[in-house]
Amino acid sequence: MTALLPSGPTTSASTTGTPWLDTVVAPGAGWVGAVPAGSRFRIVDLHGNQAVDTLLFDADDPTNRYSAVDTVREQGAAYLTTGSVLLTQDLDPLATIVDDTCGRHDTLGGACAQESNVVRYGPHTRHQHACRVTFVRQARQYGLDVRDLTHNINFFMNVPVTSDGRLSFEDGVSAPGKHVELRAERDVVILISNCPQLNNPCNGFDPTPVRLLGWTS
Amino acid sequence: MSPLDETVPGGAARSFVLRRTQLLRLTAGAAGANVSTLLFAADRPLERLCVPDTLKAQMQVRIRPPMVLMSDAGRALASVTGSSLDWHDAISGHSTDAHLARFGPSSYANDRNSWRQSARAGLLDELAKWDLGRRDLHASINFFSAVVPGDDARGSLTWRPEHSAEGDWVDLRAELDVLVVLSTAPHPLDPAPTWRPAPVHVAVRPGGAPTADDPSRTFRAESGRALDETERTAA
Repeated sequence: MTALLPSGPTTSASTTGTPWLDTVVAPGAGWVGAVPAGSRFRIVDLHGNQAVDTLLFDADDPTNRYSAVDTVREQGAAYLTTGSVLLTQDLDPLATIVDDTCGRHDTLGGACAQESNVVRYGPHTRHQHACRVTFVRQARQYGLDVRDLTHNINFFMNVPVTSDGRLSFEDGVSAPGKHVELRAERDVVILISNCPQLNNPCNGFDPTPVRLLGWTS
Repeated sequence: MSPLDETVPGGAARSFVLRRTQLLRLTAGAAGANVSTLLFAADRPLERLCVPDTLKAQMQVRIRPPMVLMSDAGRALASVTGSSLDWHDAISGHSTDAHLARFGPSSYANDRNSWRQSARAGLLDELAKWDLGRRDLHASINFFSAVVPGDDARGSLTWRPEHSAEGDWVDLRAELDVLVVLSTAPHPLDPAPTWRPAPVHVAVRPGGAPTADDPSRTFRAESGRALDETERTAA
């Protein structure tokens, strides 16, 4: 197991506080949990080039949920990185990215679904596992359903957008051991799908596990 | 039922069902128009516009002809069959009350029907008429507005001034019966110091189903597959 952990929780000066979470999420699996205000939540890309599809909800009112478009508009930039404040559709801060050794993360590319796989890659992909399935399965534990799923963050994923109007999926900017760390700005629920996509470079065509770490403030 | 043919005042909201094959034309009544638009499958509004899927399937960071507007269930809801503009924003959301704060307080009591209301307020009012609400909000398309990403490391976003003029237009063809919910409030990044929301003309006319060589079908293989999926499931 140690070999899977090139960036352990003791390597960063920011990792003070009491640990409350240390788990590995397999590719194609997910995680959902409550993260209290002030605590920190780190995602480690253990093997590199792994997309981690993520949604956040205000724990007290799940209809006040992460909004990709409100977040990118208010920060005036398409990509997420250190300093990005993840906003709800009511412009309330859910979490701040306080550490990022990857450098940038996508929030315009959305999650894969069986149906969008058919559109993008053809009918032979209809029964391939997809993030939306994981989201629905995990969200159920908090009483959330399809209607609560909105446009997500893709941590470690590289989706360049350009001034000539183009958007593309490129090979990852991440690498083994890169991590991103959030500080919860209110009590939040975080919903994660560790992306199973096999048809584009977002996972280097080989989905791999990620590690989740949490510390209280 | 006679088709819709009316002017929506600036800063107002409207909702209606666009029947399959019907064409909707939006026409800017003045420079700086903006139409923040949400789309749903009318018979099952759990299925709604998915801007990320629409953009990534067609490798665009804007909406332009002949793109297909896709639902989160991989189906074509509508196609952009034509427009005088080659860029309509879909990545920066719609205005909330916070974006109107700089204009000062406004109320019906003081301003009567010129009171200033955000796109969010208007869209929620319209959604309620269809038994929909906050959970059904999604990334809007902001017709007549452009927000352009820079080629820098952050992907800096810039609202493009003077993007639209009076008379600019966009045509949508419904590929399913589509619930259209729109607001004519200004774009949230429009820095105009005064509140002068532009009116927009909304007209529905008969159209036809896309042919085998329809530009929206042949734009990209992905566009064609989304239309195929609609035709297979909605026939």
